[in-house]
Amino acid sequence: MATANPTMFQASDLNQHNERVQRRYQLLFGLMTLLLITPVLLILGTLVVKGGGAISWEFLLTAPTDGMRTGGVFPALLGTIWLVTVALLLSVPIGVFAAIYLSEYAGDNWFTRMINLAIINLAGVPSIVHALFGLGAFVLFFRFGTSILAASLTLAVMTMPVVIVATRESLQAVPQAFREACWNMGATRWQTIRRVVLPNSITGILTGVILEVSRTAGETAPIMFTGAVFFTPFLPQSVFDQTMALSLHLFVAATQVPGMAEEIPFGVALVLIALVLTMNSVSIAFRMWLRGKKKW
Amino acid sequence: MVSSGAAAVASDTGAPADNFPSKLEIRNLTIRYGHTVALRGVNLAVREHEIFGIIGPANAGKTSLLKAINRMDVFTSGMKVDGEIRFNGRDTSRLSNVYALRSRIGVVFPLPVGLPMTVYDNVALSPRLRGIKSKADLDVIVQRCLTRAALWDEVKDRLHALGSLLSGGQQQRLTIARALSQEPDLLMLDEFSIAVDPVTTMRIEDVLKELRQEVTILLVTNLVQQARRLADRTAFFLNGECVEVGVTEDLFTGEVKDQRTRDYVEGRFG
Ligand SMILES: Nc1ncnc2c1ncn2[C@@H]1O[C@H](COP(=O)(O)OP(=O)(O)OP(=O)(O)O)[C@@H](O)[C@H]1O
Ligand SMILES: [Mg+2]
Repeated sequence: MATANPTMFQASDLNQHNERVQRRYQLLFGLMTLLLITPVLLILGTLVVKGGGAISWEFLLTAPTDGMRTGGVFPALLGTIWLVTVALLLSVPIGVFAAIYLSEYAGDNWFTRMINLAIINLAGVPSIVHALFGLGAFVLFFRFGTSILAASLTLAVMTMPVVIVATRESLQAVPQAFREACWNMGATRWQTIRRVVLPNSITGILTGVILEVSRTAGETAPIMFTGAVFFTPFLPQSVFDQTMALSLHLFVAATQVPGMAEEIPFGVALVLIALVLTMNSVSIAFRMWLRGKKKW
Repeated sequence: MVSSGAAAVASDTGAPADNFPSKLEIRNLTIRYGHTVALRGVNLAVREHEIFGIIGPANAGKTSLLKAINRMDVFTSGMKVDGEIRFNGRDTSRLSNVYALRSRIGVVFPLPVGLPMTVYDNVALSPRLRGIKSKADLDVIVQRCLTRAALWDEVKDRLHALGSLLSGGQQQRLTIARALSQEPDLLMLDEFSIAVDPVTTMRIEDVLKELRQEVTILLVTNLVQQARRLADRTAFFLNGECVEVGVTEDLFTGEVKDQRTRDYVEGRFG
């Protein structure tokens, strides 16, 4: 093997064939990705074109007037922020703690497997079922009435499974070897969680959770029976008040009001999407900030 | 001090002589994973301040033994340990506080695990778990342990860089420094030199020889010559069985009781 083979680096037929096949697959995957973002761009484009004209500071900061045909969306915007925030405050602690228990403490037995199965199934329950549950449990049984509290509790119950799943995934991304190294030194489970597991999963947990929960801003059914109203002249003062919400307002504006200017519902939809995108951007910015502080 | 005396009691394998208090006594130890038997009826005793070598081919049950000593079996599903392990005279299966046991035993596994925190925090972790908070105290411990593990000179300027970004060999020495930071009674090393270059291996071996003054060392190794260089006594494990325990030099000079030991030591195996 002392003398170099002159044809050693020439592409053989097989090499060329492999290269062609590889390019074809790359193209296929690329096209699929394009297909994926096309509807997103179309939706956003339509909203901006048709609803952009409605957007103004006045639209964002005033209440609707004339049976919602004129005026703004302020009470609905504020109501949605209330609902999502309270739902976050309720579901995140419970969901995250439960996920830590399931992932770090619970053994692998039939009981935990049943809990995991229940969580997965709960995540698949249609939102209208959650709505009826919320109506029965929080509005009627616990006598919270139709209120932000009842609606947010309903949203919280609905998002709890995805919060648990997102948290568990972040926890399980921490290699087992790290835990074992820590246990080997005589650390308890909690010391290991606090010093090794959480510091390395907290960014994933928080951003995953915020992404999941911000999606509830668009939910309509679960809040319709439990706390959101078509119209109220009052802004909510506490969690025991009813409120307007963007999603329900969109439904009303788009289907229930005759003689509505077309740009109003598109404008409402644009505000709703912008709100969700803002929450997501905040969570992504937060993640980048944490990453910058603590590289791994 | 032990190495010269060890030859005098070369004959014994199980129970140690009176003048050598045993740090670790293992009686009739059997380890199973489901239906697989990893270790079968092993008896041996490790004396205080000796380096005890364990050699043997893959699948011999060496790593399983270390896990059982450290009571890590509770974290391995399906692992079942029968028999008795006495550490400092106490039956480890009856200890109510396994955390105290583990904190007195330093373990170094074959593949280095640099925890995803700074070099400093890696070494300060165990002292912190013990409740040491003062920065000055921690500084002293960190420097001492890193120096001992032959790593200080390489990392003294990057103590606050991530430990997991060190090279493989450096991470292994970091793991050793972390084990030393536990101020252990017993140091167990499992094929520590797999990921370390020969020069560094030699430096670590020198460190181990010095450490013998303070801690008892259980050294599992695939390199029989490493056992010869370091161990006062050596056990030969084969397929879950402890074939022979003897003074290391005897095993290497052919004074063995079992032909299989001679074959393995001389590299005529399988
Ligand atoms: N977590 C586990 N689950 C099931 N079986 C295991 C587990 N760990 C080890 N074993 C089995 O136990 C036996 C002994 O393994 P062990 O790791 O103790 O051997 P070893 O002597 O350390 O080998 P090596 O020199 O390759 O490290 C093997 O048959 C192995 O398959
Ligand atoms: Mg092993």
